[in-house]
Amino acid sequence: MMTLLILFFPLIASILVFASGNNLASKVALLLAAAELAITVYVYSVYKQTGADSFYYFKEWISNPKISFHLGMDGLSLLMVILTNFLTPIIILSAFNRNIENAKAYFSLILFMQFALIGVFIAYDGLLYYIFWELALIPIYFIALRWGGPNRVPVTLKFFIYTLAGSLLMLFGFIMLYHYNPSHSFDIRELYDNASKICSCNQSWLFWMFFLAFAIKIPIVPFHTWQADTYKEAPTQGTMLLAGIMLKMGTYSLLRWLLPVVPAGVAQWGPLAITLCVIGIVYASVIAIMQKDLKKLFAYSSVAHVGLIAAGIFSLNIQGFQGSVVQMMAHGVNVVGLFFCADIIFNRTKSLQVEGLGGIRNVAPQFNTMFMIVVLGSVALPLTNGFIGEFLLLFGVYEYNTWLSVFSGLTIILGAVYMFRMFQRVMLGNTSETTSVFKDLMWNEKIVLAIIAITIIVMGIYPKPVFDMAQPALQSILDKVIIK
Amino acid sequence: MLTDSSLIAPGMLIPLFPLIGFLINGLFGKYLPKSITGWIASLAVLASFCCVFYMFTNLPSTGSLHIDLFNWIGFANFNISFGYLIDPLSITMMLVVTGIGFLIHVYSIGYMHDDEGVTRFFTYLNLFIFFMLLLVIGSNYLVMFIGWEGVGLCSYLLIGYWFKNDAFNDAAKKAFVMNRIGDLGFLLGMFFILFNFGSLDYAEVMKQASLLPVGSALLVTITLLLFVGATGKSAQIPLYTWLPDAMAGPTPVSALIHAATMVTAGIYMITRSGVLYAMAPFSMEIVAIVGVATCLMAAIIGLMQNDIKKVLAYSTVSQLGLMFAALGIGAFASGMFHLVTHAFFKALLFLGSGSVIHALHGEQDIRKMGGLSKYIKVTFITFLIGSIAISGIPPFAGFFSKDEILSKAFEHSKIIWAILSISSMMTAFYMFRLVYLTFFNDFRGTEVTKKHIHESPSTMTIPLIILAVLSIFGGFIGLPSVLGFAHKFQQYLSAVTAPAQHILDESHAAEVSHSTEWILIFTAVIAAIASILYARYKYISNKEQPAEDASLTGINKMVYNKFYVDEIYETCIVKPLKVLSDLFLVLIDKLVIDLVVNATAWVVGLSGRTLRLVQNGNTGFYVFAMVFGIIVLFVIRLFI
Amino acid sequence: MKEMAMNTVPHNWYLFLSTFLFCIGIMGVLFRRNAIIIMMCIELMLNSVNLLLVSFSAYSGNSDGQVFVFFIMVVAAAEVAVGLALLVSIYRNIASTDIDKLSKLKW
Repeated sequence: MMTLLILFFPLIASILVFASGNNLASKVALLLAAAELAITVYVYSVYKQTGADSFYYFKEWISNPKISFHLGMDGLSLLMVILTNFLTPIIILSAFNRNIENAKAYFSLILFMQFALIGVFIAYDGLLYYIFWELALIPIYFIALRWGGPNRVPVTLKFFIYTLAGSLLMLFGFIMLYHYNPSHSFDIRELYDNASKICSCNQSWLFWMFFLAFAIKIPIVPFHTWQADTYKEAPTQGTMLLAGIMLKMGTYSLLRWLLPVVPAGVAQWGPLAITLCVIGIVYASVIAIMQKDLKKLFAYSSVAHVGLIAAGIFSLNIQGFQGSVVQMMAHGVNVVGLFFCADIIFNRTKSLQVEGLGGIRNVAPQFNTMFMIVVLGSVALPLTNGFIGEFLLLFGVYEYNTWLSVFSGLTIILGAVYMFRMFQRVMLGNTSETTSVFKDLMWNEKIVLAIIAITIIVMGIYPKPVFDMAQPALQSILDKVIIK
Repeated sequence: MLTDSSLIAPGMLIPLFPLIGFLINGLFGKYLPKSITGWIASLAVLASFCCVFYMFTNLPSTGSLHIDLFNWIGFANFNISFGYLIDPLSITMMLVVTGIGFLIHVYSIGYMHDDEGVTRFFTYLNLFIFFMLLLVIGSNYLVMFIGWEGVGLCSYLLIGYWFKNDAFNDAAKKAFVMNRIGDLGFLLGMFFILFNFGSLDYAEVMKQASLLPVGSALLVTITLLLFVGATGKSAQIPLYTWLPDAMAGPTPVSALIHAATMVTAGIYMITRSGVLYAMAPFSMEIVAIVGVATCLMAAIIGLMQNDIKKVLAYSTVSQLGLMFAALGIGAFASGMFHLVTHAFFKALLFLGSGSVIHALHGEQDIRKMGGLSKYIKVTFITFLIGSIAISGIPPFAGFFSKDEILSKAFEHSKIIWAILSISSMMTAFYMFRLVYLTFFNDFRGTEVTKKHIHESPSTMTIPLIILAVLSIFGGFIGLPSVLGFAHKFQQYLSAVTAPAQHILDESHAAEVSHSTEWILIFTAVIAAIASILYARYKYISNKEQPAEDASLTGINKMVYNKFYVDEIYETCIVKPLKVLSDLFLVLIDKLVIDLVVNATAWVVGLSGRTLRLVQNGNTGFYVFAMVFGIIVLFVIRLFI
Repeated sequence: MKEMAMNTVPHNWYLFLSTFLFCIGIMGVLFRRNAIIIMMCIELMLNSVNLLLVSFSAYSGNSDGQVFVFFIMVVAAAEVAVGLALLVSIYRNIASTDIDKLSKLKW
């Protein structure tokens, strides 16, 4: 019941917000998202007492083909849900003090997005999961298309078609999986149990179908070209949803729907995948150095970070897995912070080009401090959340292969290069014409950035709760992947 | 292992005070009057110092205190705790950090009094002390790494303290990035340790390592990777170029971070990992070679610099090289000893130079100084004491530590000894070149500046005096055995360095005889005095002045331009990286990948455009196509 | 049943007849240009199929085929109704039912 509540509450909220009218929409949305967060906290407390068992929900849905309405939350799913529900109110709050046309539709779509994302994270039936996966694409498409930047139409189309093509492959994959699975079911338990009964040749095909779908979403180089433009054109809240949560759909799915489902395929193609990820890390970091547009720079840095997450997952050891989960949480928070900082700059100066900026620190010291903390989290300074993740991920990759780890370790150097380069040119130096009248943070911006900054530091100092929650789920996944 | 419960509380408090100071100034600084923020920060450091001193007096030199605060990164059988280890080595470091740190804090109150962002300055300084204490107090490599990167951050913040100046910002960024290169080495070294020994805890790692054969490839790899980290932080070849640039920061920062404490972290780390290094002779050789090379190269560059702080910066690089050379030849305690005395006199020199700069309203070029001894007496005398100490004239602090390293070097290898001696001579020369050009002869600056020359306030001179006293007497903690004293400092550290020393002694044990040592001492002292006299002859008697930039030629020009190392890095690494960045974006991203993506879309479009021709609107054609299709299907179904 | 069939018209004849009718229909559809005639030819094809279904139904003693025939007749009637309505509408517009003149509906 708890599971149904946490899933459908955002859907109801979305409808309520739409009904509340443009003037009230943002406040109602914030209130309802906060309520959802409260539910999440309660669920977390229940989880602490009883474990994952109390969250399973199973109902027959369609008998032939056998599709069931199967939901559940183990530590991994719950962490993702917590991330989603923690970020959504922040994202909504970040839109305060901004002029948004047709606000009721905007906030309603954000909440609808939340609904679909939670569905992705807690669906334990393949087709149900697929439905939520596709459902998540719809609100973000409209958010980007309706409220996006000047070049939004072609960019959004590219994004939509690109990800849809990936999803199509995944659908093929699921159908094939259903076909080859002796028990003919989409249920995750059946898929896990029968994973070894599918011949390795078919597993290779299945691996690529799923991997491509996830690789596009994550995105892993070379399937990333939709991303930078989409991040740039989407409105800030859309970008936050995309980068903060939606990317995690891909990495989460690697853990949940790829590794344990086709272990033989992973054994065969995992090395190629991890190599691709590692190349992507360095490649994206290098590109980020010379980016002149803030949002694009953050987009490429995001490619590098999630590339490392994916590499950690494919390193197939518990350090890599744990690192990936911590880093998913950390990156979610940090990237929302980064894009919000970009939004604040855009809101004041109407420009995201690094060139014309500079000297903002002179006029906005509070903003400077917050931005600095977010940047530090992003470059993985110890005692920030980014460090825990990157340390474990790099160590996981190291256990897999020393040289890959050396190569992907370049990200800590390159990350410092592009982030500090950007920070210097945007924030430091003398004020320019555009930045001399920069207004320091407004109340909602203060709250959002303060929450993000505190989370960055607290998670960096005490990440234990995340480890404890993820450990059983990750261990069981790992046991299924490693073929004895 | 001794765990006295009465020591745990002060042990835990040590890094906490600066953190509290940081939080007070950071969060509430804008509500506090500017004049007291400096005192809050200073008191925080003083409180730490008292705790450390309490530990120093109460913890026996054979004991160590291990405090586990909490399990930091822990799951399954993977556990890294956030723990403190307090033993003679960390106490030594902490005494230096908090003691000199406190003096520099007090000095900064005077030095920064008219700066608008003084609260911010002290916030950063406290944060630095916190991270530096964490670095030396940590009980495992990961906690050390927190401090390691943390001090890097503070260094970044403080070098770029005057953030309106883009050159300063560049210097700050350069420092951070170069440190990061080293940090990657450190990180990889940690991975090797963690993977092979299953722990990052010093005690556990050393225990496991000592079970391996001497010179095993694993140990060599680990130690070399850690050394990469050390070269970054301690400004050794090839990663030293950030340190001279780091002089962009306020002078107290240069004294605290870039002379006395942070840059010595590499020395501390290698001493801490003594057993690992002792087990890897090859790495020791590398450390020695890099140390010696850095020592010489930086000393040569120092000869030609005209910025008072740049001279001191290269001197620091050179002295750090000397310390690394000491470590490389297996004299861990001597390296640490020199670290301590160097902290005294180099902090003194930097603060003295700060006082000079303060008196001249920001002038740093020694060509525009001269004759200052008349105007700023205290600064002059203390600066002179510092210079004598660094030149190695007995009985000043630098003499004992430097001489100890030189005699150890002599027994290890004559070549190393020779190069280090030459570097020491150069050190003596350029330090006195600095002294003569700054304080003697006539003032060469403008009249306006001349009128305003004034001695610094007492908050600045008192730390100078204290440091001067330390520079004079500081060496007595390590009086050598040749004079018939027990080496107190060595004994104090022996509990920590003994295991490594034990391994090293097995391989070579030749001790220099006392007569040889006397000869070495005399040679060194005479060489130093000769250098000083030469400097005096050149700059006092002949009244020579450093040449103008343009008139330099040949080797002088090359040295003046620091062997063009920065330019080489710029052309070989920075520019290619930028080009690569553009190339990746334009060529691979936009051209190749997007080409494939767009080609897919184009193929779909093309097939649409082609196939729509079939839709010609002619019903007869449709009917014909339909019938034809049916026939084809029939044929396929029936005959194929 | 079987003997009854044997005594009457051979089954093959139905097949030939229906094939013949179907081919006439196809030819008409392919070669005539008058829309009304084309529709009549389509009807002819449908009816040839009907004939085939009925004959097979009788042959195999299963009435499914005859049920289908009714379906087809209903559909055909509906189709003719719609089709003729369209034709009337077209004729009003272009005063012709020549399909070669109906080529506006294209890309």
